[in-house]
Amino acid sequence: MRKTLVFLASIALLLTLSLPSTAASQYLMMATTTSTDNTGLLNVIAPAFEKTTKIELRWTAVGTGKALELGKNCDVDVLLVHAPDKEKKFIEEGYGINRREVMYNDFVIIGPRTDPAGIKGLKAIDALKRIKSKKAPFVSRGDNSGTHSMELELWKKANITNIDKEEWYIQTGQGMLNTINIAAERDGYTLTDRGTFIKYEANHNGNPPLVILVEGDQLLFNQYSVIAINPKRCPKVKYDLALKFIEWITSDEGQKLIADFRLMGKQLFVPNAAR
Amino acid sequence: MNYIFEGVIGAFYLLLAKDPETYSAIWTTLRLSTLSITCTLIVGIPLGFLLGHYNFPGKRAVRTLVDTLLALPTVVIGLLVYAFISRRGPLGDLGLLFTIPGVAIGQFILALPIVVSLTASAIEGIDPKIYLTLRTLGASDMQAALSSMWEGRYAVTAAAVTAYSRVISEVGVSMMIGGNIKWHTRTITTAIALETGKGEFSMGIALGIVLLAFALTANTLVSSLRRRA
Repeated sequence: MRKTLVFLASIALLLTLSLPSTAASQYLMMATTTSTDNTGLLNVIAPAFEKTTKIELRWTAVGTGKALELGKNCDVDVLLVHAPDKEKKFIEEGYGINRREVMYNDFVIIGPRTDPAGIKGLKAIDALKRIKSKKAPFVSRGDNSGTHSMELELWKKANITNIDKEEWYIQTGQGMLNTINIAAERDGYTLTDRGTFIKYEANHNGNPPLVILVEGDQLLFNQYSVIAINPKRCPKVKYDLALKFIEWITSDEGQKLIADFRLMGKQLFVPNAAR
Repeated sequence: MNYIFEGVIGAFYLLLAKDPETYSAIWTTLRLSTLSITCTLIVGIPLGFLLGHYNFPGKRAVRTLVDTLLALPTVVIGLLVYAFISRRGPLGDLGLLFTIPGVAIGQFILALPIVVSLTASAIEGIDPKIYLTLRTLGASDMQAALSSMWEGRYAVTAAAVTAYSRVISEVGVSMMIGGNIKWHTRTITTAIALETGKGEFSMGIALGIVLLAFALTANTLVSSLRRRA
C-alpha cells in the first residue's frame, strides 16, 4: 500500500515537473549581441516593454553573425545587432525588413596601463600598425560578431593582412567581456564597444587592469539597429509583435530608457532613432 | 583568491535571500533534468536489458556502437538537434527550439548511451545460473528475465545516477538549443557560463556550489535507498 502511494506520488511529481510552466500570453523572440545583454541593458528594456505593451520579450545573446543566422533560419522574430554592412546585405537578400537605427556608442582600443606598444592617443589605424610592428599581443573576438567585423575592417584599412597565424594575434571565439578578461591575462590589446568596457570597469570597481588608449576616431562609430524578420520568407514569425517592438524602442519612451541607462554614472548607449 | 571566498559567501547569500533569478535557474534545471532523465530511463533500461540479456548476431557491433556514442560531444548533439528543430529543419513546425522539451531531446541523446551501456554491463554481470534456475523452476521467460533484472537493480540505479549527473552538468546542449533565455531556458550551467562571460566570477562559483549540492542530494538519496533495501 505504502509503496503504491509513494509510486503514485512520484509519478505526479514527475508530471508537474515536466509540464510547461504558465503559458505566456504573447512573447517576442529576439536574437541580439552579447554587448546588449552583458551590460544589463536588456534587463531594463524588457520589463518596461512588457509593462507598456503586455508583450514578453525573450532574447538569446549571441554574436551578430550568429544572430543573423538565426534570423535566416526563421528561428527568431526580431534582431538587435550592430554590423551595418552585414545587416544591409541581410535585407537585400530578403531575410529582414523594416530596419531601424536605435542607438550608438563607439568602439575603443584598450590595453595595459603601461602601453608597451605606445599607442595612446593615436588614430585607430596607426595604433593597429604600431601593435603589429611591435608584435604586441592583440586579442580578437574571432567569432564573426559585430565587433569582430569592425576589427577586421580596421586591419583591412591599415593594409595589414595574413595576421591569422601570427603568434601575437590571439583569437578567443568568445563574448566581449570574456575576450577583455583574456586580454587582461595576456597583457594584450583589444577592440571593444564602450558599453561593455564600462561594464568591465564597473566589475573592477573603476580600477581595471586595461584602460582606454584609443578613442574618438570617426572610424570607431558603432551603430545598433533593429530588424524584423521578413514574414514572406518566414510565415511563422510574429511580425506584428516585432513591429510593435521596433515602434516602441524607437519611441520617446524606449529612447529615453536607453539614454538613462547608466553604470557607474556613465551613459553606455546614445539613442539615435530617426523621427 | 578573494573571489573564490566571495563566491562561497555569495552562494549562501543567493540561496537565503531567495534571489528570483537564481531560483528560476534552479527550477528550470530541475524540470529539464527530470524530463530528460525520465524519458531516458523509460527507453534506456529496457534497451540495455535486451542488449545485456540476449545473444543475437551483431551484438558485439551494437555494444561497440553504444560505447562509442558515450563519447558524443554535447556541442555536436546541440548542432544536430538544432538542424532538425530549427524552423527551417524537418521538425521546425513543432516550435521546439528555445524550449525545455527541445533541450530535453538533446539531453536524451546524451544520456541514452550511458543508461544502455551501463545497464547492459550490469545485466551481463549477473550470474546466468539465476536465470536458468528460475526457468527450470517453472518461471516463464518474462518472469525469469524480470527477476534477474531485479538482481541487477543497484547497478541499474548507478547507471541512472551517472546519466543524471551528466545531464545536470552539461552546458553545450542547453546553450545551443535552449539559448539561455532568462526566466525560461536559463539553467544553472548556462547561467554559470553567462556570469563568467560577464566577469561575475563569484556568482558563477555560487551557482556551481548549488549544482554540486544537487548532485550530492541525488547521490545521498540513492545510497540511503540502497542501505534500507
